[in-house]
Amino acid sequence: MTDLAPVWLSLKLATLTTLLLLLVGLPLAGWLSRGRSFLKTVIEALITMPLVLPPSVLGFYLLLAFSPQYGVGKWLQDNVGLSFVFSFQGLVLASFIYSMPFMIGPVKSALEQLPVSLQQASYTLGKSRWETFIRVLLPNIKPSLFTATVLTFAHTLGEFGVVLMIGGNIPGVTRVASIAVYDSVERMDYHSANNYSLTLFAITFVLVMGVFIYNKSQAKSPIV
Amino acid sequence: MISINIEKRLKTYDGQQILKISSKFAPGCITNIYGPSGSGKTTFLKCIAGLATPESGSIVVEEQVWFDTQSKVNLSPQKRTVGFVFQDYALFPNMTVRQHLEYASKDAVWIERLLRLGKMETLSGHKPEYLSGGQQQRLAILRALATKPKLLLMDEPFSALDAEMKAELIAELKSVFAELGATVLIVSHNPQELNGLADSEMVFS
Repeated sequence: MTDLAPVWLSLKLATLTTLLLLLVGLPLAGWLSRGRSFLKTVIEALITMPLVLPPSVLGFYLLLAFSPQYGVGKWLQDNVGLSFVFSFQGLVLASFIYSMPFMIGPVKSALEQLPVSLQQASYTLGKSRWETFIRVLLPNIKPSLFTATVLTFAHTLGEFGVVLMIGGNIPGVTRVASIAVYDSVERMDYHSANNYSLTLFAITFVLVMGVFIYNKSQAKSPIV
Repeated sequence: MISINIEKRLKTYDGQQILKISSKFAPGCITNIYGPSGSGKTTFLKCIAGLATPESGSIVVEEQVWFDTQSKVNLSPQKRTVGFVFQDYALFPNMTVRQHLEYASKDAVWIERLLRLGKMETLSGHKPEYLSGGQQQRLAILRALATKPKLLLMDEPFSALDAEMKAELIAELKSVFAELGATVLIVSHNPQELNGLADSEMVFS
């Protein structure tokens, strides 16, 4: 009987990461989409780095940055009692950084496509930037917002390198489904590896299909 | 009194030109602004609304400083509360006709009156995508009026209306402007289309 705990852990990690990225990523995408500056270009490049960087590199630096032996990691351990190394919160942090481009990229591009006069019209009606963002801008990029949310969730489910580097393989704590596949293969337990792989394949296929079907329906009727 | 004295750099296809405006507008006055394309009419309206920032000068409305480079005052568009009719209408695709007006105002009686004025009562549940060009333009005008602005800036507001609708709407608007005591600046490439709505003219070259 295959232990389903890694699958549940993966789902929990993906849900938390997606929620955190919605909370932080949407305002950040909104800020990045308005005007240009060198600082914004640097931040955008940094956010995009996980797309091109080997996950092990990111995981290695996160491991160093949050090592309880020194620096920020030691301070967090001593003063807040928080450790990001070999812990679930470490996985959340790593996933947050690693999946950031999947949330911010599509949302930022969609916001840039909207005519600037939409937000200007809202401002002349006395509405704040925040109210304009929530009531005018976000509702008009629903397909991109949905795509970004689903892709972030699906991408987090499939993370391996960065999660292994910072979280290791602790059952019930950091052993997510993608690591369970690798672990099962190492133990020559192909049956379990197949079960985990099939589960991940099925979940991500349904999610991606959902995006395609939704976007197709939106293309027929863009204003809902 | 609205007193405007600004300089704004304009980007043109062959480089840059400086837009220099020094004008006064009496309260309640309706002014028709016309001139060739690219002469800065829209930019001028946007500077007044706070949607574009002049390089130098001042904008004073009813003795309140909205913009002044010397004293470094630059009120946000939200604080200037002008009514603005955008040339591209700038309607919100996610909102129905009624929701546009409700977004701008909580005065239900005023909203009903605006819907009647624009002959849009039966279209109140429609989103912009399902409106004709003329209906969209009328909605843009109604939305700008929803906040009962004291200063209304209209950028080519009647360009998509047929002659009959235009004449009817202009007659209605004239009484609404008077009722609100609104000062109105209308950019129009065709001064004749205003059917005597404007009290004065301003020419851009």
